[in-house]
Amino acid sequence: MNREAVLSSLGIGEVLKISHVDGEEAIRQRLYDIGMVNGTVVKCIAVSPLGDPRAYEIRGAVIALRKKDAANIYGITVETENSSEVIP
Amino acid sequence: MSVRCDNNLVRTVALAGNPNVGKSTLFNLLTGMHQHTGNWTGKTVGTATGECKRKDKVIRLIDLPGTYSLNSHSEEEEIAKIYIESGEADEVAVVCDATCLERNLILVLQILAITSSVIVCVNLLDEARKKGIKVDTKALSKILGVPVFGISARKKDGTDALVEYFLNEKEEYNPIIVEEDVVKQAEQISKQCVIYKKSDYTFRDRHIDRILTSKVFGFPIMFILLAIIFWITIEGANYPSKLLSNLLFAFESELMGFFNLINAPVWLSGMLVHGVYRTVAWVVSVMLPPMAIFFPLFTLLEDFGYLPRVAFNLDKCFGKCGACGKQALTM
Repeated sequence: MNREAVLSSLGIGEVLKISHVDGEEAIRQRLYDIGMVNGTVVKCIAVSPLGDPRAYEIRGAVIALRKKDAANIYGITVETENSSEVIP
Repeated sequence: MSVRCDNNLVRTVALAGNPNVGKSTLFNLLTGMHQHTGNWTGKTVGTATGECKRKDKVIRLIDLPGTYSLNSHSEEEEIAKIYIESGEADEVAVVCDATCLERNLILVLQILAITSSVIVCVNLLDEARKKGIKVDTKALSKILGVPVFGISARKKDGTDALVEYFLNEKEEYNPIIVEEDVVKQAEQISKQCVIYKKSDYTFRDRHIDRILTSKVFGFPIMFILLAIIFWITIEGANYPSKLLSNLLFAFESELMGFFNLINAPVWLSGMLVHGVYRTVAWVVSVMLPPMAIFFPLFTLLEDFGYLPRVAFNLDKCFGKCGACGKQALTM
């Protein structure tokens, strides 16, 4: 089931297709530089023991984002083959 | 600043690239210098300069700070951008991580928009091979219109060809025209020259990561590892400490004997032997063994790549006091 979501809400194994990047100019530019643009598929691969930050796989690279930064990225969740192992 | 004759200077090459792609490793390898390299972002703040001597020729290398881009106006990016724009370097060698070439290409394109004197070094090819990623450097060179070298700086693979290239005459390049949307362009280029094979290496990597950063095991593993390191350091340092102090203090009476022999005044021998020598002997015998044990152990953790995981686990705690998880490593 595909739904609208914000990147910071993704659990481990969940995948998001970016549709909109919000926020101030500086953070938008930062996110653009690591490849966070519309249409990009991002996967959450690790959550820190305290819940923040979380690590995401994007364009073959792994990057950790804090909640307040990942909260700028909106999109639609994408089903994957192994989405059964999603841990919220 | 340097007043030296550089008649043999062939050219100046700046090393640019994303953080943590092995720029400093390559820099140290080529210059024989020992700038500390680390497995976390932002090791190089400011630029380091070194020289690579081959036969009678000299190549000057500038190690620029690692950046994802040239547009975000952080301190590191300003330094890198201003340097590249200044044209001081004859060439900019952009070091890329073969395991995530696409993201690295974003920076390559941004630099190509400033200068056409660019060469690309695709580093960590060995690491990429393990992960089932193959980078077609020939195709990449054709698309970008600049020379591309595949290297593994840690294993010294392919770096000789790179040096050989620097020593020879500079060629004229005909680089690709950089589009407005560099992210999309990088994506398209990457599609044409990176081949992914199925591999469970990444899967295993992820699995270990999940345990190291899990709610249940993350912190216990971290504290246990730290405790083990401290225990080994303290226990292991006892013996060499005792040995050193025995040795050094045995020498103290010899030294005192010598001073008596030459009839040195008591205030002088007292100051030098009981003051200076004894203090130094204490400090050396107490401090040297633990340091000689602790730092190699810590380096081991660094080589396993565990330190970025520590930063990841601790970021929230440090964030609370306005710092960032990376700073856990300096403590």
